[in-house]
Amino acid sequence: MDRSTTVEPRDPMPEGYRRTLVRQIAQHAHSEIIGMQPEGEWISRAPSLRRKAILMAKVQDEAGHGLYLYAAAETLGTPRADLLEALHAGRQKYSSIFNYPTLTWADVGAIGWLVDGAAIVNQVPLCRCSYGPYARAMVRICKEESFHQRQGFEILHTLARGTAEQRAMAQDAVDRFWWPSLMMFGPPDADSPNTEQSMAWGIKRFTNDELRQRFVDIAVPQAEALGLTLPDPELRWDEDRGHWHFGTPDFAELAEVVAGRGPCNADRLAHRVRAHEDGAWVREAAAAHAAKRAAREPAA
Amino acid sequence: MSGGASGGGEWPLWEVFVRARRGMAHVHVGSLHAPDADLALRNARDVYTRRQEGVSLWVVPSAEVVASTPDVRGSFFEPAADKDYRHPTHYTVPDGVQHL
Amino acid sequence: MSTPVPFLLGLADDALVTAQRLGWWISRAPELEEDVALANIGLDQLGQARGLYAVVAELEGAGRTEDDLAYLRGPAEFRNVLLVERPQEDFAVCVVRMLLLAAWQVEVYAALAAREGPARGVAAKAVKEVAYHLDHAAQWVLRLGDGTPLSHERTRAALEAEWPHLPELLEPDATAPVDPATLREAVLGRVLPVLEQATLTVPPLPAAPPTGGRAGHHTEHLTDLLAQMQQVARAHPGATW
Repeated sequence: MDRSTTVEPRDPMPEGYRRTLVRQIAQHAHSEIIGMQPEGEWISRAPSLRRKAILMAKVQDEAGHGLYLYAAAETLGTPRADLLEALHAGRQKYSSIFNYPTLTWADVGAIGWLVDGAAIVNQVPLCRCSYGPYARAMVRICKEESFHQRQGFEILHTLARGTAEQRAMAQDAVDRFWWPSLMMFGPPDADSPNTEQSMAWGIKRFTNDELRQRFVDIAVPQAEALGLTLPDPELRWDEDRGHWHFGTPDFAELAEVVAGRGPCNADRLAHRVRAHEDGAWVREAAAAHAAKRAAREPAA
Repeated sequence: MSGGASGGGEWPLWEVFVRARRGMAHVHVGSLHAPDADLALRNARDVYTRRQEGVSLWVVPSAEVVASTPDVRGSFFEPAADKDYRHPTHYTVPDGVQHL
Repeated sequence: MSTPVPFLLGLADDALVTAQRLGWWISRAPELEEDVALANIGLDQLGQARGLYAVVAELEGAGRTEDDLAYLRGPAEFRNVLLVERPQEDFAVCVVRMLLLAAWQVEVYAALAAREGPARGVAAKAVKEVAYHLDHAAQWVLRLGDGTPLSHERTRAALEAEWPHLPELLEPDATAPVDPATLREAVLGRVLPVLEQATLTVPPLPAAPPTGGRAGHHTEHLTDLLAQMQQVARAHPGATW
């Protein structure tokens, strides 16, 4: 394949390329809609009306982003309904980060700052991905997400300058979300069998470890600005490399969560399946009504 | 129209076009699912214009779009390549001649 | 001289409680497009509540903020109607309730926007928003009422549960800038044609429809709703967020 050309839906493409794209876009879409849950739980409890509005708009964006991504996958011939079925049956994955619980309001801040921050580092290169519909969806998503990380940072910044309890809440959230955020970049390059092929196809532009390093380099000075500590005793500036040196995430834990044994896997999937099943009668009613109307107005 | 493999009730796909400002053409922005045209238009408003992206919307059933295929790219588009006399830059104009 | 504060507070509380209930739906809607739509409506209602709280705070002149009004009042101090505080974890209830509330809000905001008064600006913006909510609700009531036998039955049951709460919205209030009793015909004029087109029958009203919300007499559902909504804010008195 020619790496300089954008591939569009009707173009011939290698079957492996198509399959890899469907898998990656679907996983990305699933992550957006499962990702609505941990933060969505806090819409009802947001401690100010301004925060409530911001969070509602953010979780709404995640629904929208899931929608754009399912639409991108649909251009490859896989309907949204099929992808949702694969998610519900556990045949397709979503980002493991959403299998960690949100225990306090500060977690909403930590998700915005760290999880969205890591997602942005992952996503920006995807705006130049070789598949046109995916790249275009990512452009729109990245544009819309620019407020997500900022609002998270602002939450933590406010908490870190608040009461002793608020400050402790912020530190605790960062302590819990730091390592899972680093794991969002996937296994180390040495254990990432698909990376090389995905890079050759122009689906991926950087390796997992490159992106992880980039994220750490961005996050460390931001943590300083917040006045919060990152829970890594090995963290130090490496003059020779010109990067921050950091410890190794617990990839065994990542493997466990990916395998479905994280703290919230079962809850997240059950919530999603229940929403889908509870909505079936509504979707069917609307389809039935449309069919009735079409029958009433023949050849309008 | 409403058929679907897994249990019915699946809504068809619609393509969404947004006019960003008066004076500009509608541009394709993406797609969505809706059971009928009325809801497709409303869903398009909710999904694609929540940041003031538009002043007018079109929705079209995706199944109604007739598209050229890549295998006709040669016969459809390449014959236009050698007809540069269709472009103003093809012509030489003497120095000093204006409004041409 | 009468002050519009109690009336505007009622209007604001209706909107806030509605936003709180709609927030529940985000991640639980029947289809992703509807997650986005309900979030839009929730955000509009929340914006209306904030706008009205600002007006109320200004009129009170007691230095209260929108967050004081939302987070530091107990159930007995809330002035919303009972219609909006009850659970709505059924999509039919969600859209039937939205139809009734929005039909009323459209008339109230239009009347407020048409006269001089402290809420004129908020109302002028809100009237366009709730017109969309009314349309959204009408679209769905039509599809569910005239969809499948199951959806018809669920929507009929939802209407039966919500309809008795309409009279509370239309109770006379001579001190209000807009007496809700005068809106009765206009509100019914918006709702009844939708129900008819949706093949739904208007249920009979009970002899004594539920009431009391405007006087602070609520169901236990509001206590639960506020306990959750105010939980973080109240655990940290005086904190900034």
